[in-house]
Amino acid sequence: MRYLRSFALFWWDFIVGDDWRVAAGIAVALGLTALLTHYGLGAWWLLPLAVAVLLARSLQRATRTK
Amino acid sequence: MNDVFLFFSAFLASAVEMVEALTIVLAVGVTRGWRSTLFGVGAATVALAAIVAALGPALQLLPIDVLRLVVGALLLCFGLQWLRKAILRASGYKALHDEDEVFQEEQAEAANAPRDRRIGLDWYSFTIAFKGVLLEGLEVAFIVITFGSTQGRLGLAAVAAGAALVVVVIVGVLVHAPLARVPENTIKFTVGLLLTTFGIFWGAEGAGVSWPGDEVALPCLLGFLALLALLFVRVLRRQRLELQTA
Repeated sequence: MRYLRSFALFWWDFIVGDDWRVAAGIAVALGLTALLTHYGLGAWWLLPLAVAVLLARSLQRATRTK
Repeated sequence: MNDVFLFFSAFLASAVEMVEALTIVLAVGVTRGWRSTLFGVGAATVALAAIVAALGPALQLLPIDVLRLVVGALLLCFGLQWLRKAILRASGYKALHDEDEVFQEEQAEAANAPRDRRIGLDWYSFTIAFKGVLLEGLEVAFIVITFGSTQGRLGLAAVAAGAALVVVVIVGVLVHAPLARVPENTIKFTVGLLLTTFGIFWGAEGAGVSWPGDEVALPCLLGFLALLALLFVRVLRRQRLELQTA
C-alpha cells in the first residue's frame, strides 16, 4: 500500500506539480474548446487565453505569501 | 517547420535534464569511484530506452485526435510547470539552480554514506547514479515520447535526445566538473515556452480546432507566450523591488 501511494504521489507530482489548479484549468479549457468546436464555433483563441489567465493566477498565488 | 521545432525542443529539454544528471553522476563518481556509478548510469539508460521503446509505438496506435488531446493536455501541464518556475526564478522569487552548490551537497553526502556492497557493487553509488539518471531522464523520455508519437517522428525526437546526451557527455568529460556555466534558467524558460506552445497547438487540434494559418500558428503562439512570460517577469520583478523598499 505504501509503495502504491508513493507511486501515485510521484506521478501526481511529475504531471500536476505544485499547483493543481493549473491542471484542472487546462482540463476545463480543453473541454470548453471541444464543446464550442462541436457546435461549429471557432474556438482557437480559447486555449491561449486560458493559459494566460491560468499562468497569471498561478504566479499570483506563488508570490502572494513571499 | 514542425520538425525543426520538434528537434530543437527535444534537444534543449534533454540537454538541460542531462546537465542535472551529470552533476549527480560526477559527484558520486569522483567521490566514491566510477565502476558502480557507471553501472548505475547504464542500468538507468537501459530502463529509459525500454520505456521509450514500449510506450512510443503503443501511443502511436491511438487515434490521432485522442493522442493530440492527451499529449496536448500533458504538455500544457508540464510546460506551464517549467515556465512558472522559470518566471519565478527570473524575477527573483525563486533561487536559481546552482550546479556547483548541488555538486558540493551531493559530494558531501556521498563522502559520508556508509560502504554497503551488494552484487559486487558499491550500493550507494549504484542507486544514487541510477535514481539520478532515471528521474532526470524520465522527463526526457516523456518529451521524446509525446513529441515523437504526436508527429509520428519518434525517431527524430530520439535522435535529438541522443545528440543532447553526446554533447553533454563530451563537454562533461572535457570539463570534468559540473556544467555550472550552462544558462540553465534561460534554457528552461525556452523549453517551458516550447512545451506550452506545442501543448496549446496539439491540445486544441485534438479538441477539434482548425488553426488559422495551420502550422503558421506555431511561431505566432510562441511569440505570444514569450511576450506574456517576459511581461510577467517584468511585473513580478517590479513587485518584488517595491516590497523590498517598502
